[in-house]
Amino acid sequence: MQFMLIFKETPGDFAARTDPHQSQPYWAGWSAFIGAMSEAGLIVNGDGLQGPQTATILQVRDGKRIVHDGPFAETKEQLGGYVVIEVPDLDTAIDWAAKAPCAHTASVEVRPVMPPMTAPSA
Amino acid sequence: MNNHADPSYRAAEQAARNGYGKLVAILAAHDQDIAAAEDALGEALVAALNAWPVQGVPQSPEAWLVTVARNRLKNAARSRAVRLLAEPELMRRAMPDPETSDFPDRRLQLMLACAHPAIDAAARAPLILQVILGIDAARIARAFLTEPSAMSQRLVRAKARIRDVGLRYELPGPEDMPERLAAVLDAIYAAFGDGYDRLEMPGAHGALTGEAIWLARLIVEMLPDEPEAKGLLALMLYCAARRAARRDQEGRFVPLAEQNPKLWDRTMVIEAEGLLIAAARAGRFGRYQCEAAIQSVHVQRAATGQLNLQALRTLYDLLVTRTDSIGARIGRAVVMADAGDPDAALADLEAIDRQRIAAHQPWWVARAHCARLAGRGPQAAGFLRQAIALTDDDAIRAYLAGSLDEAGPDTPDMRGPVTG
Repeated sequence: MQFMLIFKETPGDFAARTDPHQSQPYWAGWSAFIGAMSEAGLIVNGDGLQGPQTATILQVRDGKRIVHDGPFAETKEQLGGYVVIEVPDLDTAIDWAAKAPCAHTASVEVRPVMPPMTAPSA
Repeated sequence: MNNHADPSYRAAEQAARNGYGKLVAILAAHDQDIAAAEDALGEALVAALNAWPVQGVPQSPEAWLVTVARNRLKNAARSRAVRLLAEPELMRRAMPDPETSDFPDRRLQLMLACAHPAIDAAARAPLILQVILGIDAARIARAFLTEPSAMSQRLVRAKARIRDVGLRYELPGPEDMPERLAAVLDAIYAAFGDGYDRLEMPGAHGALTGEAIWLARLIVEMLPDEPEAKGLLALMLYCAARRAARRDQEGRFVPLAEQNPKLWDRTMVIEAEGLLIAAARAGRFGRYQCEAAIQSVHVQRAATGQLNLQALRTLYDLLVTRTDSIGARIGRAVVMADAGDPDAALADLEAIDRQRIAAHQPWWVARAHCARLAGRGPQAAGFLRQAIALTDDDAIRAYLAGSLDEAGPDTPDMRGPVTG
């Protein structure tokens, strides 16, 4: 079955992406992790995301668009990327999630992907 | 009405619940939907609990349950979803020859799923009791001193999670087995501990100690090489063996040190000792073997007439390295005090995180005991008053009040099962 691994990162993690001293080990860690999953043939799809400062939040209320810059709360962890993998069960998904670099600094959320909708039957 | 304490009723009930649990495990393994499996088999269990004590247990309990479940599914206006789900699997299991078809026992896999780290820890013990033994939510709620509606909700949520999060009912690899099994054993001990503490209280009929022992026995049978399962079963048997000795004829509380060993259940004690020896052969010591060994030392008093404090101290030292249970810390402090070092014991009790013990009655009792041995009478009395205020068992409250009236407090049953 398919699980999405949702990678949460700290402000420090996001800063490390472009920090001259930290960017090399930061990206090496992610490359190794994604490479291992890719080698195992598990990856359905996935992407890294640009930092939370690039986010735009949109709501529609009473027919009006309300647009904000950035995520609402000053939370310690922000969405940094995701990957959808095909594995037999939650335990296997958790084993892979534990190898993500951000599991050590922030967290990984593991969610089963909804199976395709079947047409409602009488 | 059947007499529920009657051994033949108990045997019929066990057969019915064993068959039920096996079938729920088979159905649930099919699509992870425990609630639907229970829905399909619940009426068959009720029918078996009514019929078997009178008619006797059928030759193949599972085949009987399958047949009844199928008929009920056909006849009653069941939800279509349940029928679609359960019927083919039940049919397959019942065919071709119900008398000889084998029913694989997947209850261990189901218990491991119920105690999976992704499942709320507070839901695990209730979940196992309900799913494996078919105990109803109201009775589980009574045993855990919870509102039935709250307990039902907790169970429904946990089952929905098991269905949806993507668990598969497989046995973990040997490297993960001890940790996963430990979660199951912890859940079973939680079911036992809550019942044990209230065994003699009015309304103790809700206690599920017998069911906890039953589940541990099941695991020992299915995993004969796992020493911790044997350790847990031994621990619970030692504690249950003392049940009759914990109250005198007037219903007054009798602390462990003053119990008459003749009142301990010999059959249970012998079985526990045997289990502990068998567990030790595996050469993998663990928390439950350690706690059982502590109980074994107490039982030795019957033969030697003396409590081996040295052995207890060694075992408690080992225990605190294996669990962060405050019961273990408290038990160790009491032994330290009894062995002549009450000041160190008090310091140790003080060092426990306040948030964890402020309302924990055994901690106050232990402090009172240690303070008295340290010659700090007034302080001990203060602790004892606090302990009395936190005691909800009348007999123990009366006992503690009696200790307060005397020169100083004595030790209540501090070395009972380590809970918390």
